[in-house]
Amino acid sequence: MFDRRDLLKGAGLTALAATLNATRALALDTVTLPFANGERPLVKYPQKRPMIGLTSRPPQLETPFAVFNDGPITPNNAFFVRYHLSDLPYDLDPDKFTLEVKGKVDKPLKLSLKDIRKMKATEIVAVAQCSGNSRGFFEPRVAGGQLANGAMGCARWRGVPLKAVLEMAGVQSGAKQVTFNGMDGPVSDKTPDFVKALDVDHANDGEVMLAYGMNGEDLPFLNGFPLRLIVPGYYGTYWVKHLNEITVIDNVYDGFWMKSAYRIPDTPNNAVEPGTAPKATIPINRFTIRSFITSVPDGAKLKAGAVTLRGIAFDGGKGIREVQVSTNGGKSWVNAKLGKDLGKYAFREWKLPVKLAAGSHELKVRATGHGGETQPDTPRWNPAGYLRNVVETVRVTAA
Amino acid sequence: MQRTVLLVVSLGLAAAMGSALAAPVNYKTPDEVAAFKPGPGLEVVKGNCSACHSADYIKTQPPMKDRKGFWQAEVTKMIKVYGAPIDDADIGKIVDYLAATY
Repeated sequence: MFDRRDLLKGAGLTALAATLNATRALALDTVTLPFANGERPLVKYPQKRPMIGLTSRPPQLETPFAVFNDGPITPNNAFFVRYHLSDLPYDLDPDKFTLEVKGKVDKPLKLSLKDIRKMKATEIVAVAQCSGNSRGFFEPRVAGGQLANGAMGCARWRGVPLKAVLEMAGVQSGAKQVTFNGMDGPVSDKTPDFVKALDVDHANDGEVMLAYGMNGEDLPFLNGFPLRLIVPGYYGTYWVKHLNEITVIDNVYDGFWMKSAYRIPDTPNNAVEPGTAPKATIPINRFTIRSFITSVPDGAKLKAGAVTLRGIAFDGGKGIREVQVSTNGGKSWVNAKLGKDLGKYAFREWKLPVKLAAGSHELKVRATGHGGETQPDTPRWNPAGYLRNVVETVRVTAA
Repeated sequence: MQRTVLLVVSLGLAAAMGSALAAPVNYKTPDEVAAFKPGPGLEVVKGNCSACHSADYIKTQPPMKDRKGFWQAEVTKMIKVYGAPIDDADIGKIVDYLAATY
């Protein structure tokens, strides 16, 4: 049988897929994430394969973890989805879409999608990861989206450097920050709209991008079609979707989503004693370094003997220097072979052939970045459930 | 034979594309299936919480030791931070329902 959307994809008409009506609600199955109250439906959304459904309004979808063993690029139809507010621009018209650039600029701009696509394009392979990825593993548990490890993904983004657009507009002296607003918004006008800010120097670093392309296709609707911000190495909260308003300001933005939400403890390691509140906080920023075994799930039963372990590692932009694997619960470590380097912001694949005798084994993986930072043996804790990067353990039995 | 079929399919797609590219996205999410569990005060909860988010926002929260304290804090956050227009008289009913049901 032909799937209508697969047909379109084959014909190179992926842009059209965004206009297709949804499949009906399908209760495909359920999955149980490995923490208390972890049962989730597998749900099917247009442009997406079956995903782990966290919430339906606004939609939040987690990537089934097995996808990460398929390669360092996460397919568009498996890429996680996170929204905060329920009024999504479901009927947006790409032909009428405009990006407004305003505030402390010499020449305010209104750019159509066509205008942006005519500019010189750049590409970057970069990981997007939700600040709350893996929150469900926090102990003690904390409020918020209860995610396992699937709120991350790595894609090849295509678009224009934010710097080029800011240069066209002419940032005025005295500018301090740039704010980003998307077309999605709150249901009630009492709810703070989702607006994020970057310092001017960061916005102008040449890497922060306005992306319209993802892995050779248009952005899927739920990943921010037709334009989103890409902030390499930074948590997804800054990667504003359906981006249509950029404002240069001469102060530090004090809206709710910067001043009160998405804050981490201002302490070494950005952690506090579990169950306590930090005295001072700062806005969340770069990813902590992480690594995963993707080829065998926790609790797997394997044939005793030779097996090649595989996985991925990434960090906040220094790049991965080495990945070490332990098959004896951390008593000894062996360097894994790193895969192709797709850039310092990308998933870095690794693999290691090991021999597992009959019995149970604790497999661990630990990455070290070019800056020397590595992963802790015990989890760091903060009240919002951010930054998790403990050394991951996979328990297997060989027979 | 197969080639003919493919040709017809691609012609059909080309025709569809001509009109569809200029059209709005019209993205359709699946029907919302998550529902609030039955319990005392259910109608108050539906009336106050459903305008902004689906019931799975509540259902997926972790089991906490101090359930009443946890849900009191969440309801307060919805009012103070997100501007939920909840009558004072309803706050206690909502917290009691959440603590007893989730």
